[in-house]
Amino acid sequence: MGSEAVQIRNLYLKFNHLLILENINLEIQAGRFVGVLGPNGAGKSSLLKVILGLVKPSRGEVLVFGETPHKLRRMRHLVGYLPQRPLGNPHFPVSVLEVVLMGRYGHIGLIKRPGATDKEIALRNLDRVGIAHLADRPIGELSGGEQQRVFIARALSAEPRLLLLDEPTVSLDVCSQDELYELINNVKLELNLTVIMVSHDIGAVASHVDDIICINRRIHVHQSPPIGRIALENTFGCSVEFLFHGEIPHRVVRVHDD
Amino acid sequence: MIDLLHLDFFQRALLAGALLSLIGGLLSVFVILRRMAFIGVGISHSAFGGVALGFLLGVDPLWTGVGFAVLVALLIEWVRSQGRLEEDAAIGIFFAAAMALGVVFLHFSPTYNVDVFGVLFGNILAIGQVQLIQILIITLAVLATMAAIFKELVFLSFDEEMAWVSGVPVEALRCLFLVIMALVIIVSIYLVGIILVSALMVIPGAIARQLTQKVRTMIVVAMASALGSTLGGLYFSYQVDWPSGAAVVLLLSLLFMISTLVRRTRQRPIG
Repeated sequence: MGSEAVQIRNLYLKFNHLLILENINLEIQAGRFVGVLGPNGAGKSSLLKVILGLVKPSRGEVLVFGETPHKLRRMRHLVGYLPQRPLGNPHFPVSVLEVVLMGRYGHIGLIKRPGATDKEIALRNLDRVGIAHLADRPIGELSGGEQQRVFIARALSAEPRLLLLDEPTVSLDVCSQDELYELINNVKLELNLTVIMVSHDIGAVASHVDDIICINRRIHVHQSPPIGRIALENTFGCSVEFLFHGEIPHRVVRVHDD
Repeated sequence: MIDLLHLDFFQRALLAGALLSLIGGLLSVFVILRRMAFIGVGISHSAFGGVALGFLLGVDPLWTGVGFAVLVALLIEWVRSQGRLEEDAAIGIFFAAAMALGVVFLHFSPTYNVDVFGVLFGNILAIGQVQLIQILIITLAVLATMAAIFKELVFLSFDEEMAWVSGVPVEALRCLFLVIMALVIIVSIYLVGIILVSALMVIPGAIARQLTQKVRTMIVVAMASALGSTLGGLYFSYQVDWPSGAAVVLLLSLLFMISTLVRRTRQRPIG
Protein backbone atom coordinates (compact mmCIF):
# COMPACT_ATOMS: atom_id res chain seq x y z
CA MET A 1 0.00 0.00 0.00
CA GLY A 2 1.42 3.37 -1.01
CA SER A 3 0.91 6.65 0.73
CA GLU A 4 -2.15 7.48 -1.37
CA ALA A 5 -5.31 7.87 0.67
CA VAL A 6 -7.52 8.10 -2.40
CA GLN A 7 -6.86 7.01 -5.99
CA ILE A 8 -9.46 7.58 -8.67
CA ARG A 9 -8.91 6.41 -12.25
CA ASN A 10 -11.01 7.21 -15.36
CA LEU A 11 -14.11 7.69 -13.26
CA TYR A 12 -17.46 8.49 -14.84
CA LEU A 13 -20.72 8.87 -12.96
CA LYS A 14 -24.09 9.05 -14.67
CA PHE A 15 -27.46 9.60 -13.05
CA ASN A 16 -30.54 9.18 -15.25
CA HIS A 17 -28.36 9.54 -18.37
CA LEU A 18 -27.00 12.81 -17.02
CA LEU A 19 -23.22 12.93 -16.73
CA ILE A 20 -22.36 14.07 -13.19
CA LEU A 21 -18.64 13.28 -13.17
CA GLU A 22 -16.52 12.90 -16.29
CA ASN A 23 -13.11 11.28 -16.64
CA ILE A 24 -11.95 11.98 -13.10
CA ASN A 25 -8.33 11.06 -12.38
CA LEU A 26 -7.17 11.98 -8.92
CA GLU A 27 -4.64 10.98 -6.31
CA ILE A 28 -4.79 12.33 -2.79
CA GLN A 29 -1.75 11.76 -0.59
CA ALA A 30 -2.31 10.58 2.96
CA GLY A 31 -2.16 13.35 5.51
CA ARG A 32 -3.24 16.16 3.18
CA PHE A 33 -6.08 18.60 3.76
CA VAL A 34 -7.86 18.91 0.41
CA GLY A 35 -10.56 21.42 -0.43
CA VAL A 36 -13.07 20.65 -3.18
CA LEU A 37 -14.49 23.75 -4.83
CA GLY A 38 -17.12 24.14 -7.49
CA PRO A 39 -20.52 25.65 -8.28
CA ASN A 40 -23.85 24.08 -7.29
CA GLY A 41 -24.52 20.83 -9.13
CA ALA A 42 -20.86 20.41 -10.09
CA GLY A 43 -20.66 16.93 -8.59
CA LYS A 44 -18.84 17.82 -5.35
CA SER A 45 -21.09 15.76 -3.06
CA SER A 46 -21.23 12.98 -5.65
CA LEU A 47 -17.44 12.76 -5.57
CA LEU A 48 -17.55 12.23 -1.80
CA LYS A 49 -20.31 9.61 -2.14
CA VAL A 50 -18.27 7.73 -4.74
CA ILE A 51 -15.29 7.68 -2.38
CA LEU A 52 -17.55 6.42 0.43
CA GLY A 53 -19.04 3.70 -1.78
CA LEU A 54 -22.56 5.14 -1.33
CA VAL A 55 -22.80 5.69 -5.08
CA LYS A 56 -21.47 3.23 -7.65
CA PRO A 57 -19.53 4.84 -10.52
CA SER A 58 -20.72 4.09 -14.05
CA ARG A 59 -17.13 3.48 -15.09
CA GLY A 60 -13.68 3.67 -13.59
CA GLU A 61 -12.06 2.75 -10.32
CA VAL A 62 -11.92 4.16 -6.81
CA LEU A 63 -9.39 2.97 -4.25
CA VAL A 64 -9.24 4.19 -0.68
CA PHE A 65 -6.00 3.21 1.04
CA GLY A 66 -5.51 0.71 -1.79
CA GLU A 67 -8.89 -1.03 -1.36
CA THR A 68 -12.31 -0.57 -2.93
CA PRO A 69 -14.71 1.37 -0.68
CA HIS A 70 -16.92 -1.70 -0.17
CA LYS A 71 -14.03 -3.96 0.79
CA LEU A 72 -12.73 -1.29 3.15
CA ARG A 73 -16.17 -1.07 4.78
CA ARG A 74 -16.38 -4.84 5.18
CA MET A 75 -12.93 -4.79 6.82
CA ARG A 76 -14.37 -2.21 9.25
CA HIS A 77 -11.82 0.37 8.18
CA LEU A 78 -14.41 3.08 8.17
CA VAL A 79 -14.33 6.50 6.62
CA GLY A 80 -15.47 9.46 8.70
CA TYR A 81 -18.24 11.41 7.00
CA LEU A 82 -20.12 14.60 7.71
CA PRO A 83 -23.07 14.75 5.31
CA GLN A 84 -24.44 18.02 4.00
CA ARG A 85 -27.69 17.83 6.00
CA PRO A 86 -26.83 15.54 8.89
CA LEU A 87 -30.00 16.14 10.90
CA GLY A 88 -32.94 15.13 8.71
CA ASN A 89 -35.41 15.12 11.58
CA PRO A 90 -34.55 17.84 14.16
CA HIS A 91 -36.95 16.36 16.72
CA PHE A 92 -35.62 12.82 16.66
CA PRO A 93 -35.55 11.63 20.29
CA VAL A 94 -31.84 10.93 20.82
CA SER A 95 -29.22 12.57 23.00
CA VAL A 96 -25.90 13.99 21.82
CA LEU A 97 -23.96 11.07 23.33
CA GLU A 98 -26.26 8.55 21.64
CA VAL A 99 -25.63 10.21 18.28
CA VAL A 100 -21.86 10.12 18.76
CA LEU A 101 -22.01 6.47 19.88
CA MET A 102 -23.70 5.63 16.55
CA GLY A 103 -20.29 6.15 14.97
CA ARG A 104 -19.16 3.08 16.94
CA TYR A 105 -21.96 0.72 15.81
CA GLY A 106 -20.01 -0.68 12.85
CA HIS A 107 -17.25 -1.74 15.22
CA ILE A 108 -19.60 -3.04 17.93
CA GLY A 109 -21.73 -5.20 15.60
CA LEU A 110 -25.28 -6.46 16.05
CA ILE A 111 -26.72 -7.71 19.36
CA LYS A 112 -24.01 -6.20 21.59
CA ARG A 113 -24.54 -2.89 23.32
CA PRO A 114 -21.94 -0.12 23.44
CA GLY A 115 -19.36 -0.95 26.11
CA ALA A 116 -17.17 1.17 28.39
CA THR A 117 -14.52 1.59 25.68
CA ASP A 118 -17.09 2.83 23.16
CA LYS A 119 -18.44 5.37 25.63
CA GLU A 120 -14.92 6.47 26.45
CA ILE A 121 -14.13 7.01 22.74
CA ALA A 122 -17.39 8.90 22.20
CA LEU A 123 -16.83 11.15 25.21
CA ARG A 124 -13.21 11.78 24.23
CA ASN A 125 -14.35 12.91 20.77
CA LEU A 126 -17.05 15.13 22.26
CA ASP A 127 -14.35 16.65 24.42
CA ARG A 128 -12.09 17.05 21.38
CA VAL A 129 -14.75 19.13 19.60
CA GLY A 130 -15.38 21.10 22.77
CA ILE A 131 -18.93 20.08 23.69
CA ALA A 132 -18.52 17.31 26.27
CA HIS A 133 -20.83 19.30 28.58
CA LEU A 134 -23.73 18.83 26.13
CA ALA A 135 -23.53 15.00 26.09
CA ASP A 136 -26.95 14.40 27.67
CA ARG A 137 -28.90 17.08 25.77
CA PRO A 138 -31.39 16.15 23.04
CA ILE A 139 -29.69 16.71 19.66
CA GLY A 140 -32.50 19.00 18.45
CA GLU A 141 -31.91 21.53 21.25
CA LEU A 142 -28.38 22.40 20.12
CA SER A 143 -27.40 25.32 17.89
CA GLY A 144 -26.32 24.71 14.29
CA GLY A 145 -22.63 25.03 15.14
CA GLU A 146 -22.92 22.70 18.12
CA GLN A 147 -24.76 20.14 16.00
CA GLN A 148 -22.00 20.18 13.37
CA ARG A 149 -19.53 19.46 16.17
CA VAL A 150 -21.64 16.51 17.33
CA PHE A 151 -21.63 15.04 13.83
CA ILE A 152 -17.88 15.56 13.50
CA ALA A 153 -17.46 13.76 16.85
CA ARG A 154 -19.61 10.93 15.47
CA ALA A 155 -17.45 10.73 12.32
CA LEU A 156 -14.30 10.62 14.48
CA SER A 157 -15.74 7.88 16.70
CA ALA A 158 -15.54 5.44 13.79
CA GLU A 159 -11.76 5.93 14.21
CA PRO A 160 -11.21 6.81 10.56
CA ARG A 161 -7.99 7.68 8.78
CA LEU A 162 -9.92 9.59 6.14
CA LEU A 163 -12.46 12.30 6.97
CA LEU A 164 -14.92 13.60 4.36
CA LEU A 165 -16.78 16.83 5.10
CA ASP A 166 -19.61 18.05 2.88
CA GLU A 167 -20.18 21.79 3.32
CA PRO A 168 -19.45 21.72 7.06
CA THR A 169 -20.03 25.45 7.55
CA VAL A 170 -22.93 26.07 5.23
CA SER A 171 -25.48 27.10 7.86
CA LEU A 172 -23.09 28.82 10.28
CA ASP A 173 -22.38 32.48 10.95
CA VAL A 174 -18.91 33.81 10.14
CA CYS A 175 -17.49 33.42 13.67
CA SER A 176 -18.72 29.84 14.00
CA GLN A 177 -17.34 29.11 10.53
CA ASP A 178 -13.84 30.20 11.52
CA GLU A 179 -14.04 28.23 14.76
CA LEU A 180 -15.12 25.11 12.88
CA TYR A 181 -12.29 25.38 10.33
CA GLU A 182 -9.83 25.75 13.17
CA LEU A 183 -11.32 22.74 14.91
CA ILE A 184 -11.06 20.61 11.76
CA ASN A 185 -7.45 21.64 11.34
CA ASN A 186 -6.60 20.74 14.94
CA VAL A 187 -8.34 17.39 14.74
CA LYS A 188 -6.57 16.60 11.48
CA LEU A 189 -3.17 17.32 13.00
CA GLU A 190 -3.89 15.53 16.27
CA LEU A 191 -5.23 12.34 14.67
CA ASN A 192 -3.03 12.45 11.57
CA LEU A 193 -6.03 12.37 9.25
CA THR A 194 -6.47 12.90 5.55
CA VAL A 195 -9.31 15.40 5.14
CA ILE A 196 -11.37 16.13 2.04
CA MET A 197 -13.70 19.09 2.49
CA VAL A 198 -16.34 20.17 0.00
CA SER A 199 -17.29 23.83 0.05
CA HIS A 200 -18.22 26.73 -2.11
CA ASP A 201 -16.65 29.20 0.28
CA ILE A 202 -13.52 29.91 -1.77
CA GLY A 203 -11.83 32.24 0.68
CA ALA A 204 -12.15 29.90 3.62
CA VAL A 205 -11.01 26.88 1.65
CA ALA A 206 -8.02 28.70 0.21
CA SER A 207 -6.86 29.81 3.65
CA HIS A 208 -7.13 26.43 5.37
CA VAL A 209 -6.23 23.62 2.96
CA ASP A 210 -3.08 22.14 1.42
CA ASP A 211 -4.51 21.36 -2.02
CA ILE A 212 -7.51 22.56 -3.94
CA ILE A 213 -9.56 20.54 -6.36
CA CYS A 214 -11.81 22.57 -8.61
CA ILE A 215 -14.64 20.51 -9.93
CA ASN A 216 -17.32 21.14 -12.48
CA ARG A 217 -18.09 17.66 -13.84
CA ARG A 218 -14.37 17.47 -14.75
CA ILE A 219 -11.63 18.34 -12.30
CA HIS A 220 -8.67 20.64 -12.09
CA VAL A 221 -6.15 20.09 -9.33
CA HIS A 222 -4.14 22.96 -7.88
CA GLN A 223 -1.15 22.10 -5.75
CA SER A 224 -1.25 25.00 -3.39
CA PRO A 225 -3.25 28.16 -2.82
CA PRO A 226 -3.71 30.91 -3.68
CA ILE A 227 -5.35 29.94 -6.92
CA GLY A 228 -5.79 32.37 -9.76
CA ARG A 229 -8.77 33.98 -11.31
CA ILE A 230 -8.49 31.99 -14.56
CA ALA A 231 -8.62 28.66 -12.72
CA LEU A 232 -11.71 29.69 -10.78
CA GLU A 233 -13.41 31.02 -13.89
CA ASN A 234 -12.77 27.72 -15.67
CA THR A 235 -14.44 25.90 -12.81
CA PHE A 236 -17.37 28.17 -12.13
CA GLY A 237 -18.05 28.82 -15.82
CA CYS A 238 -18.57 32.54 -15.30
CA SER A 239 -16.41 35.58 -14.83
CA VAL A 240 -15.36 36.06 -11.23
CA GLU A 241 -14.03 38.95 -9.28
CA PHE A 242 -11.83 38.69 -6.21
CA LEU A 243 -12.26 40.83 -3.18
CA PHE A 244 -8.81 40.53 -1.64
CA HIS A 245 -8.28 40.22 2.05
CA GLY A 246 -4.57 39.89 2.56
CA GLU A 247 -3.16 37.57 -0.04
CA ILE A 248 -6.18 35.38 -0.26
CA PRO A 249 -9.28 36.00 -2.31
CA HIS A 250 -11.98 36.60 0.24
CA ARG A 251 -15.02 36.33 -1.89
CA VAL A 252 -16.04 35.70 -5.45
CA VAL A 253 -18.81 37.60 -7.14
CA ARG A 254 -20.13 37.25 -10.62
CA VAL A 255 -19.01 39.99 -13.04
CA HIS A 256 -21.88 41.24 -15.11
CA ASP A 257 -21.27 41.63 -18.82
CA ASP A 258 -23.46 44.70 -19.25
CA MET B 1 -65.25 -8.90 36.39
CA ILE B 2 -64.15 -11.84 38.56
CA ASP B 3 -66.60 -14.13 36.74
CA LEU B 4 -65.31 -12.93 33.41
CA LEU B 5 -61.72 -13.76 34.29
CA HIS B 6 -62.71 -17.34 35.00
CA LEU B 7 -64.02 -17.87 31.47
CA ASP B 8 -61.53 -19.83 29.36
CA PHE B 9 -62.11 -17.90 26.15
CA PHE B 10 -61.80 -14.58 27.92
CA GLN B 11 -58.55 -15.60 29.59
CA ARG B 12 -57.14 -16.58 26.18
CA ALA B 13 -58.34 -13.33 24.66
CA LEU B 14 -56.73 -11.27 27.44
CA LEU B 15 -53.44 -13.13 27.21
CA ALA B 16 -53.32 -12.95 23.40
CA GLY B 17 -54.31 -9.27 23.48
CA ALA B 18 -51.60 -8.51 26.03
CA LEU B 19 -48.89 -10.22 23.96
CA LEU B 20 -50.02 -8.50 20.76
CA SER B 21 -50.06 -5.11 22.49
CA LEU B 22 -46.45 -5.56 23.57
CA ILE B 23 -45.10 -6.28 20.09
CA GLY B 24 -47.51 -3.88 18.38
CA GLY B 25 -46.49 -1.10 20.77
CA LEU B 26 -42.81 -1.84 20.26
CA LEU B 27 -43.04 -1.84 16.47
CA SER B 28 -45.23 1.26 16.35
CA VAL B 29 -42.35 3.28 17.82
CA PHE B 30 -40.19 2.47 14.82
CA VAL B 31 -43.11 2.85 12.42
CA ILE B 32 -43.48 6.42 13.72
CA LEU B 33 -39.74 7.19 13.80
CA ARG B 34 -39.19 5.75 10.32
CA ARG B 35 -42.42 7.26 8.92
CA MET B 36 -43.69 3.89 7.75
CA ALA B 37 -47.36 4.28 8.69
CA PHE B 38 -48.54 3.80 5.12
CA ILE B 39 -46.40 0.68 4.65
CA GLY B 40 -48.24 -0.79 7.64
CA VAL B 41 -51.56 -0.13 5.92
CA GLY B 42 -50.19 -1.67 2.71
CA ILE B 43 -48.88 -4.83 4.34
CA SER B 44 -52.02 -5.43 6.40
CA HIS B 45 -54.36 -5.06 3.45
CA SER B 46 -52.13 -7.27 1.28
CA ALA B 47 -52.44 -9.92 3.96
CA PHE B 48 -56.09 -10.23 2.97
CA GLY B 49 -54.95 -11.92 -0.26
CA GLY B 50 -52.89 -14.43 1.70
CA VAL B 51 -55.58 -15.15 4.28
CA ALA B 52 -58.13 -15.72 1.50
CA LEU B 53 -55.67 -18.07 -0.23
CA GLY B 54 -55.49 -20.04 3.02
CA PHE B 55 -59.29 -20.37 3.03
CA LEU B 56 -59.24 -21.46 -0.61
CA LEU B 57 -56.55 -24.11 -0.08
CA GLY B 58 -57.92 -25.17 3.29
CA VAL B 59 -54.66 -24.45 5.15
CA ASP B 60 -54.02 -22.30 8.23
CA PRO B 61 -54.54 -18.71 6.93
CA LEU B 62 -51.82 -17.53 9.35
CA TRP B 63 -49.05 -19.01 7.20
CA THR B 64 -50.44 -18.05 3.80
CA GLY B 65 -51.10 -14.59 5.23
CA VAL B 66 -47.51 -14.32 6.50
CA GLY B 67 -46.19 -15.48 3.12
CA PHE B 68 -48.27 -12.97 1.23
CA ALA B 69 -47.52 -10.08 3.56
CA VAL B 70 -43.77 -10.77 3.54
CA LEU B 71 -43.79 -11.08 -0.25
CA VAL B 72 -45.62 -7.77 -0.69
CA ALA B 73 -43.39 -6.05 1.89
CA LEU B 74 -40.26 -7.18 0.06
CA LEU B 75 -41.76 -6.22 -3.33
CA ILE B 76 -42.42 -2.71 -2.01
CA GLU B 77 -38.82 -2.57 -0.77
CA TRP B 78 -37.53 -3.81 -4.14
CA VAL B 79 -39.48 -1.20 -6.09
CA ARG B 80 -38.19 1.47 -3.71
CA SER B 81 -34.58 0.34 -4.14
CA GLN B 82 -34.92 0.59 -7.93
CA GLY B 83 -35.56 4.28 -7.41
CA ARG B 84 -37.97 4.66 -10.36
CA LEU B 85 -41.24 4.82 -8.46
CA GLU B 86 -42.12 6.53 -5.21
CA GLU B 87 -42.68 4.15 -2.31
CA ASP B 88 -46.24 5.31 -1.65
CA ALA B 89 -47.20 4.58 -5.26
CA ALA B 90 -45.72 1.07 -4.98
CA ILE B 91 -47.67 0.48 -1.76
CA GLY B 92 -50.90 1.71 -3.33
CA ILE B 93 -50.50 -0.62 -6.30
CA PHE B 94 -49.47 -3.76 -4.42
CA PHE B 95 -52.08 -3.57 -1.71
CA ALA B 96 -54.90 -3.05 -4.17
CA ALA B 97 -53.66 -5.94 -6.30
CA ALA B 98 -53.28 -8.23 -3.28
CA MET B 99 -56.79 -7.38 -2.01
CA ALA B 100 -58.26 -7.97 -5.48
CA LEU B 101 -56.57 -11.38 -5.51
CA GLY B 102 -58.08 -12.00 -2.08
CA VAL B 103 -61.58 -11.27 -3.36
CA VAL B 104 -61.04 -13.72 -6.23
CA PHE B 105 -59.71 -16.40 -3.85
CA LEU B 106 -62.71 -15.91 -1.56
CA HIS B 107 -65.05 -16.17 -4.53
CA PHE B 108 -63.72 -19.64 -5.30
CA SER B 109 -63.40 -20.88 -1.73
CA PRO B 110 -66.17 -22.62 0.22
CA THR B 111 -67.08 -19.40 2.01
CA TYR B 112 -69.93 -20.82 4.07
CA ASN B 113 -67.45 -21.86 6.78
CA VAL B 114 -65.23 -18.78 6.53
CA ASP B 115 -65.46 -15.92 9.03
CA VAL B 116 -64.70 -13.07 6.64
CA PHE B 117 -66.05 -10.48 9.05
CA GLY B 118 -63.71 -11.83 11.74
CA VAL B 119 -60.73 -11.51 9.41
CA LEU B 120 -61.62 -7.97 8.44
CA PHE B 121 -62.48 -6.65 11.90
CA GLY B 122 -60.93 -9.10 14.35
CA ASN B 123 -62.49 -11.61 16.70
CA ILE B 124 -60.13 -12.15 19.60
CA LEU B 125 -62.81 -13.76 21.76
CA ALA B 126 -62.93 -16.67 19.29
CA ILE B 127 -59.22 -17.36 19.60
CA GLY B 128 -58.21 -20.99 20.26
CA GLN B 129 -55.34 -22.71 22.04
CA VAL B 130 -53.39 -23.18 18.79
CA GLN B 131 -53.59 -19.52 17.86
CA LEU B 132 -52.58 -18.52 21.36
CA ILE B 133 -49.44 -20.64 21.04
CA GLN B 134 -48.72 -19.19 17.60
CA ILE B 135 -49.02 -15.69 19.04
CA LEU B 136 -46.75 -16.60 21.97
CA ILE B 137 -44.03 -18.00 19.69
CA ILE B 138 -44.16 -15.04 17.34
CA THR B 139 -44.10 -12.60 20.28
CA LEU B 140 -40.97 -14.21 21.71
CA ALA B 141 -39.27 -14.32 18.29
CA VAL B 142 -40.11 -10.68 17.59
CA LEU B 143 -38.96 -9.47 21.02
CA ALA B 144 -35.65 -11.37 20.72
CA THR B 145 -34.96 -10.12 17.18
CA MET B 146 -35.86 -6.54 18.03
CA ALA B 147 -33.55 -6.63 21.05
CA ALA B 148 -30.72 -7.90 18.83
CA ILE B 149 -31.07 -5.13 16.24
CA PHE B 150 -32.39 -2.37 18.50
CA LYS B 151 -29.50 0.08 18.35
CA GLU B 152 -29.08 -0.36 14.59
CA LEU B 153 -32.80 0.23 14.04
CA VAL B 154 -32.55 3.51 15.93
CA PHE B 155 -29.58 4.53 13.77
CA LEU B 156 -31.44 3.53 10.58
CA SER B 157 -34.43 5.59 11.66
CA PHE B 158 -32.18 8.54 12.43
CA ASP B 159 -30.05 8.51 9.27
CA GLU B 160 -29.91 5.55 6.93
CA GLU B 161 -27.07 6.83 4.79
CA MET B 162 -24.85 7.47 7.80
CA ALA B 163 -25.74 4.06 9.20
CA TRP B 164 -24.42 2.49 5.98
CA VAL B 165 -21.25 4.56 6.09
CA SER B 166 -20.75 3.51 9.72
CA GLY B 167 -20.75 -0.16 8.70
CA VAL B 168 -24.33 -1.10 9.66
CA PRO B 169 -25.90 -3.73 7.30
CA VAL B 170 -28.68 -1.37 6.23
CA GLU B 171 -30.34 -3.36 3.42
CA ALA B 172 -30.53 -6.58 5.45
CA LEU B 173 -32.00 -4.71 8.42
CA ARG B 174 -34.58 -2.92 6.27
CA CYS B 175 -35.79 -6.27 4.95
CA LEU B 176 -35.69 -7.90 8.38
CA PHE B 177 -37.78 -5.10 9.84
CA LEU B 178 -40.35 -5.48 7.05
CA VAL B 179 -40.56 -9.22 7.73
CA ILE B 180 -41.04 -8.58 11.46
CA MET B 181 -43.71 -6.02 10.64
CA ALA B 182 -45.50 -8.50 8.37
CA LEU B 183 -45.43 -11.14 11.14
CA VAL B 184 -46.78 -8.78 13.80
CA ILE B 185 -49.47 -7.48 11.47
CA ILE B 186 -50.66 -10.99 10.63
CA VAL B 187 -50.99 -12.11 14.23
CA SER B 188 -52.59 -8.80 15.19
CA ILE B 189 -55.38 -9.54 12.72
CA TYR B 190 -56.82 -11.85 15.38
CA LEU B 191 -57.19 -8.87 17.70
CA VAL B 192 -58.38 -5.98 15.51
CA GLY B 193 -58.72 -7.37 11.98
CA ILE B 194 -57.14 -6.40 8.68
CA ILE B 195 -58.93 -3.07 8.35
CA LEU B 196 -57.96 -1.82 11.81
CA VAL B 197 -54.56 -3.43 12.33
CA SER B 198 -52.66 -0.39 11.08
CA ALA B 199 -54.06 1.47 14.09
CA LEU B 200 -52.12 -0.87 16.38
CA MET B 201 -49.00 -0.26 14.26
CA VAL B 202 -49.25 3.53 14.46
CA ILE B 203 -51.26 4.95 17.37
CA PRO B 204 -49.25 3.65 20.35
CA GLY B 205 -46.05 5.07 18.82
CA ALA B 206 -47.80 8.35 18.03
CA ILE B 207 -49.03 8.64 21.64
CA ALA B 208 -45.52 7.97 22.95
CA ARG B 209 -44.01 10.48 20.51
CA GLN B 210 -46.23 13.20 22.00
CA LEU B 211 -45.19 12.49 25.55
CA THR B 212 -41.53 11.45 25.56
CA GLN B 213 -38.09 12.58 24.43
CA LYS B 214 -36.15 9.31 24.47
CA VAL B 215 -36.53 6.20 22.35
CA ARG B 216 -36.52 3.86 25.35
CA THR B 217 -39.20 5.74 27.24
CA MET B 218 -41.12 6.01 23.98
CA ILE B 219 -41.17 2.23 23.80
CA VAL B 220 -42.37 1.89 27.39
CA VAL B 221 -45.16 4.43 26.88
CA ALA B 222 -46.19 2.88 23.54
CA MET B 223 -46.34 -0.63 25.01
CA ALA B 224 -48.24 0.61 28.06
CA SER B 225 -50.83 2.50 26.02
CA ALA B 226 -51.34 -0.46 23.69
CA LEU B 227 -51.67 -2.80 26.66
CA GLY B 228 -54.05 -0.49 28.52
CA SER B 229 -56.25 0.04 25.47
CA THR B 230 -56.37 -3.65 24.63
CA LEU B 231 -57.25 -4.85 28.13
CA GLY B 232 -59.62 -1.93 28.72
CA GLY B 233 -61.18 -2.33 25.28
CA LEU B 234 -61.75 -6.06 25.73
CA TYR B 235 -63.37 -5.62 29.11
CA PHE B 236 -65.52 -2.69 27.97
CA SER B 237 -66.63 -4.39 24.75
CA TYR B 238 -67.67 -7.50 26.67
CA GLN B 239 -69.65 -5.45 29.19
CA VAL B 240 -71.58 -3.41 26.64
CA ASP B 241 -71.51 -5.97 23.81
CA TRP B 242 -69.50 -3.96 21.31
CA PRO B 243 -67.16 -5.46 18.68
CA SER B 244 -63.90 -5.95 20.62
CA GLY B 245 -61.43 -4.88 17.90
CA ALA B 246 -63.25 -1.62 17.30
CA ALA B 247 -63.42 -0.93 21.05
CA VAL B 248 -59.63 -1.36 21.34
CA VAL B 249 -58.94 0.97 18.41
CA LEU B 250 -61.40 3.59 19.69
CA LEU B 251 -59.79 3.52 23.11
CA LEU B 252 -56.34 3.93 21.52
CA SER B 253 -57.62 6.87 19.48
CA LEU B 254 -59.06 8.45 22.61
CA LEU B 255 -55.68 8.07 24.34
CA PHE B 256 -54.05 9.74 21.35
CA MET B 257 -56.41 12.73 21.65
CA ILE B 258 -55.61 12.99 25.35
CA SER B 259 -51.86 12.78 24.68
CA THR B 260 -52.19 15.62 22.15
CA LEU B 261 -53.94 17.75 24.75
CA VAL B 262 -51.33 16.90 27.38
CA ARG B 263 -48.56 17.87 25.01
CA ARG B 264 -50.26 21.13 24.16
CA THR B 265 -50.66 22.09 27.79
CA ARG B 266 -46.99 21.28 28.37
CA GLN B 267 -46.10 23.56 25.45
CA ARG B 268 -42.96 21.63 24.69
CA PRO B 269 -41.39 22.14 21.27
CA ILE B 270 -41.30 18.47 20.35
CA GLY B 271 -42.89 16.41 17.63
